[in-house]
Amino acid sequence: MSALGSRTVETPRGAKIRVYEAGSGDPLVFLHGAGGLLPDDPFVVKLAERFHVFAPCLPGYEDSTGEEDLRDMLGITLHTADVVEALGLERPTLVGHSMGGMIAAEMAAVAPASVERLVLICPAGLWDDEQPIADLFGTLPFELPALLFHDPEVGAALLTAGLDFTDMGALADFMVTNSKRLGMAGKILFPIPDRGLSERLYRIQARTLILWGESDKLIPPSYGNAFQAAIAGSELRTIAEAGHMLPIEQPQAVLEAIASL
Amino acid sequence: MKFTWFNLMPWPHMPDDFREKHRSVWVDIDPKLYDPVLGHEVYNTYLDQLEYAEALGYDGIGVNEHHANAYGLMPSPNIMAATLARRTSRAGLVVLGNSIALYNPPIRVAEEFAMLDVISGGRLVAGFPVGTSMDTNYAYGQIPALTREKYAEAHELIMRAWEADEPFAFNGRYTKLRYVNCWPKPIQKPHPPIHIPGGGSVETYDFCIDHDYSYSYLSFTGYLRAKQLMDGYWERVAARGKDDSPYRAGFAQTICVGETDKEAEELYAEHLHYFYNRCLHVYPGFADAPGYRTIKTIKAGALSQLNAAQLMQFGNLSWKDLIDGRYVIAGSPDTVREQMEEMIKGLRVGNVFALIHVGNMPNEKTRHSTKLFAEKVMPGLRDIWPEYKDDDRFWCHPLEQRVQPAPIGSGLEQQA
Repeated sequence: MSALGSRTVETPRGAKIRVYEAGSGDPLVFLHGAGGLLPDDPFVVKLAERFHVFAPCLPGYEDSTGEEDLRDMLGITLHTADVVEALGLERPTLVGHSMGGMIAAEMAAVAPASVERLVLICPAGLWDDEQPIADLFGTLPFELPALLFHDPEVGAALLTAGLDFTDMGALADFMVTNSKRLGMAGKILFPIPDRGLSERLYRIQARTLILWGESDKLIPPSYGNAFQAAIAGSELRTIAEAGHMLPIEQPQAVLEAIASL
Repeated sequence: MKFTWFNLMPWPHMPDDFREKHRSVWVDIDPKLYDPVLGHEVYNTYLDQLEYAEALGYDGIGVNEHHANAYGLMPSPNIMAATLARRTSRAGLVVLGNSIALYNPPIRVAEEFAMLDVISGGRLVAGFPVGTSMDTNYAYGQIPALTREKYAEAHELIMRAWEADEPFAFNGRYTKLRYVNCWPKPIQKPHPPIHIPGGGSVETYDFCIDHDYSYSYLSFTGYLRAKQLMDGYWERVAARGKDDSPYRAGFAQTICVGETDKEAEELYAEHLHYFYNRCLHVYPGFADAPGYRTIKTIKAGALSQLNAAQLMQFGNLSWKDLIDGRYVIAGSPDTVREQMEEMIKGLRVGNVFALIHVGNMPNEKTRHSTKLFAEKVMPGLRDIWPEYKDDDRFWCHPLEQRVQPAPIGSGLEQQA
């Protein structure tokens, strides 16, 4: 029995979106990163201890549809606002990880009055020539754990859980899934994950918390300072023994930080 | 049969330990390995070879486009074709091709191809590849999942620009032009013949068939491995009710001809090894950007692609492996003719792109092999498709009366 409920909602554009839901309390929307949610995603489960959490899957992820008509940052930003509206939520706490953080920041910048509380966890969206972000799209699967996790061994076990790479059928399914996900993510992350967010961050009015894994090797923690400097009144916290997959590696610390906002 | 002598233009000076010391021949190859002074000789030698091929009677001479690639030194194939247009007079100029999603705005391709067609007197065979992921996505930054849509739009713009007889507005998603007006226009009407190089995307089959473009399968793994893919193409041709002219298809084949089988091995084995060991050493992380292939294509070919990925471990293939596995057609003229016939009939292709310069093959050996193929192999293969001998839909149609460059210093230049 899964800890998470699941349903689909339809946006006015006609996209059918898979949404996981659990818990009770204040509404919180969690936007996943480029890798999508894990099965019974432990971070979503953790959030449900304190919040009524909704975790929609972007088109191209799991069985969410509608990716054909989404091509750019504005399209994806407005699509995600459509999903929040379709869920009947008004100004939920908006939490995004990595690519999801980039989308959440855009939503808060495009429609500042619609976001009261914003949590950006190792968000993408900025670029610093002195600290270039590693190329997620030119990286082989076996190279990912070292890039994403504080402890690559634990990470490798998590990423391959339930996958049998000696089974050709499973491997073919994995290729299709991976292509759909990262094909979609590439629309805002390829070849450089910068779609002009730095020019819009000043518009954010939400109370904003920025969380970073101290040993994030995909997006170095110095990016946290850049976000913090650009969003008025925002707070930056760096969490030890965590890499880019901070929400999976230190879920309790992340939950407590969010609850304190 | 139409034979095009094709030069990939590889960099012939990669070190012996290239494979051990470098992760990829493409995209992030060490720029220090290139030496422009040596490059001066390399380019001119390769261009001389293409011109020599015309003199020997090849139907076409071919160039293509790659970026940040040490086995393909032609970021701009049109520059190469322009030099060839002036120094040759008969052969088709096969530009295979311009990656039209990379040109901004793509009207540039319509213009440059028209220039080549006009300079050469109608000798252009135009290619429109989608491009490899290495070139298109990693080296040229196109978003993988949008590449095909951008390609389709660029194609529409170019064809309309060539065929329009007055300026028009083009409101595309990727290109917006208030005034599309292609000056000059190509000589060949309604447009030069178009070949689409493909690597097995199922969408490309239908695109070629519906437009009567020739589908060219470019691979380095030989005709045995191409059979399944080309069978798939011919099934689509039949399903869409088109004739089965072999000129609807082409195949790129590495070929090495010696006086005897033994001489071929002695002369060419080291250069094949250079090509398969160093030139094809591509970091797998650059092979296929996620989203570049459609889901339909992945589903159709996921497992065979995995097999192909395994086959890409070329490094340890011996001469015998390469010959027995038919990656390469090599040997005496008789051996080569026999295997070429098997390839041509097996794949049902009317266009052969003969890859005769291989890896770091020196000029004399390249010319030796090129000449033997022209004189002792080609004649025996000319008439394999008698029922389609008059099918000229997929080849260029040069002007009968073409201007030749005047001799330099003759005083005639301005009248030419």
